[in-house]
Amino acid sequence: MTTTAPHIDRPRTTAEGRTALRPRRSVPWGKIAAWAVMVIFLLITLFPFYWMLRTALSSNNALATDPASLLPVGLNTGGFERVFGLQDVETAISQGGSGASINFWRYLLNSVIVATTVTIIQTFSCAMAAYAFSRLRWRGRDTVFLIFLGSLMIPQIFTLLPNFILIKNLGLVDTLLGIMLPTLFISSFAIFFLRQFFNNISREVEEAALIDGASKARVFFTLILPMASAPLATLALLTYMTAWNEYFWSLMVSYTDQSRVLTVALGVFRAQAPGTGPDWSGLMAATLVAAAPMLLLFALFAKKIVNSIGFSGIK
Amino acid sequence: MSTATTSTRSVPTRRRRKDDTKLALLFIAPASVGLLVFLVWPLLTGIYYSFTEYTTLTPPQWVGLENYSRLLADPIFWTSLRVTVLYVAINIGVQTVVALVIAVLMQRLTQSTVLRSLVLAPYLVSNVVAAIVFLWILDTQMGVFNIFLQWIGFDPIAFWASETWVIPTVALVNVWRHMGYTALLLFAGLQSIPAFLYEAARTEGAGEITMFRRITLPLLRPILALVLIMTIIGSFQVFDTVSVTTQGGPADASKVLQMYIYENAFAQYEFGYASALSVALLVILMVITFAQYWMSRAGQSDLD
Repeated sequence: MTTTAPHIDRPRTTAEGRTALRPRRSVPWGKIAAWAVMVIFLLITLFPFYWMLRTALSSNNALATDPASLLPVGLNTGGFERVFGLQDVETAISQGGSGASINFWRYLLNSVIVATTVTIIQTFSCAMAAYAFSRLRWRGRDTVFLIFLGSLMIPQIFTLLPNFILIKNLGLVDTLLGIMLPTLFISSFAIFFLRQFFNNISREVEEAALIDGASKARVFFTLILPMASAPLATLALLTYMTAWNEYFWSLMVSYTDQSRVLTVALGVFRAQAPGTGPDWSGLMAATLVAAAPMLLLFALFAKKIVNSIGFSGIK
Repeated sequence: MSTATTSTRSVPTRRRRKDDTKLALLFIAPASVGLLVFLVWPLLTGIYYSFTEYTTLTPPQWVGLENYSRLLADPIFWTSLRVTVLYVAINIGVQTVVALVIAVLMQRLTQSTVLRSLVLAPYLVSNVVAAIVFLWILDTQMGVFNIFLQWIGFDPIAFWASETWVIPTVALVNVWRHMGYTALLLFAGLQSIPAFLYEAARTEGAGEITMFRRITLPLLRPILALVLIMTIIGSFQVFDTVSVTTQGGPADASKVLQMYIYENAFAQYEFGYASALSVALLVILMVITFAQYWMSRAGQSDLD
């Protein structure tokens, strides 16, 4: 390999008559086929999103007569109105809704509170721990870090039941705090992720600040945190997504509207099928609304998230 | 890595450092509380509960191995284990192949971030959203996929209500949600393969398929193994999709282990037995993790 490599590089630098790139065949069939496969995968990936929108904008009664139309049938916003609780009970039932009240804004607020609080506190708490594991010197550091790392291997299912009993004994069942507590302070992954980054920050900057008389804590707050703003933002986004989409634990802890988050509410909404069958238009409107904040966040930060995935997954 | 170690070693000689123990303890305090209270303690109590009869109304009663002998004789446990393994096999098998194809196509065709973002879209929605959307698309009467099947001349399939189809269906829904993410992980691995290897192979007349077999696959293997193990462990914990769609039915055909654990805990209030079931799942996951560790070591040696 080493002998051929320079040989390949040569034609690229010298401006010879033939192109430096690979010789072109007349019709690149292979490339066309490859793109065709890619397009098919993209269609499979994106079609369900379109179908959500198309169904949400249809009316249930019209759906039954023309379920395969690619465009919305009986175009209306009834589905969204039911989700936001803007329809009176009779209209809702006549349009195929269950007529049960859906406290959508409450669930949205709950989801926002849970995801935001967990993201802020967890990211901060894990950043502090990561700093201690990366830049502070203390006895037992490596051992304690190994214990943290080891906890990555504990599957969620295993902690769910004992944690539920604990939350129950603390009287926190059906509260937002009860939903948040288990992940509020810790994500071993976050500590691992940030420690990798802190390890790579140059020592010189830190040394300079220390010579100027800054304390280590001050260095962390005024120097390290701002320098790590990019990975912190990435981590915060991933944490927000995880917290927003979390279902199992919330399902266990939440019983009523006061602590019900959107994912759990969707499950409940789905189970409230009226006699005639599920309110598909309303359900699709609800899923779309529940997914919208994440899709919006993603649209804003797509590049950052996409580029961080290789880093978070492999390194 | 080597630069980091040399710099830490040279620092103490340049400057005397005071010990940061106090600050460190302060800094790791919140995370440690979280770790001890919500990860380590539940791990220990969970194991303890598995040896008790515990209905949450009365305190746990020590019953020794009773839950475990019950588990071994419980046909539903074995069904749920079989169903879970079937789910994992289909989910991981399809997902890995599809993700590998997408990753290679992305690498060989375009480096577009837009394309990579689009592929990731399903990963952003929750399992619950994915489940409900496919509940609709795959509906027996009105689902667009069944209408399409009829249009090309097949009979409609009761994806969610058929004992044969329900697990493949759940598995494929989760493939849809995760394939883009897995593809991006593999794509990141592909990026680390030096481009000149492909150039060299091409001048020697190698086609795309030969290059895939001789360059891509062998060099991607360590990352592929890592991704595989992460996704296997993740997919053993399937619950959300089943909970929203079939609740384990029809006739236990989609009763995955987590569903069975949930039922035991919250429908029967048998926390002791549910804990024993969780221990069984934990043991399975540990075996997989160790197998992975062993395999990745074996894999490393022949890659160097």
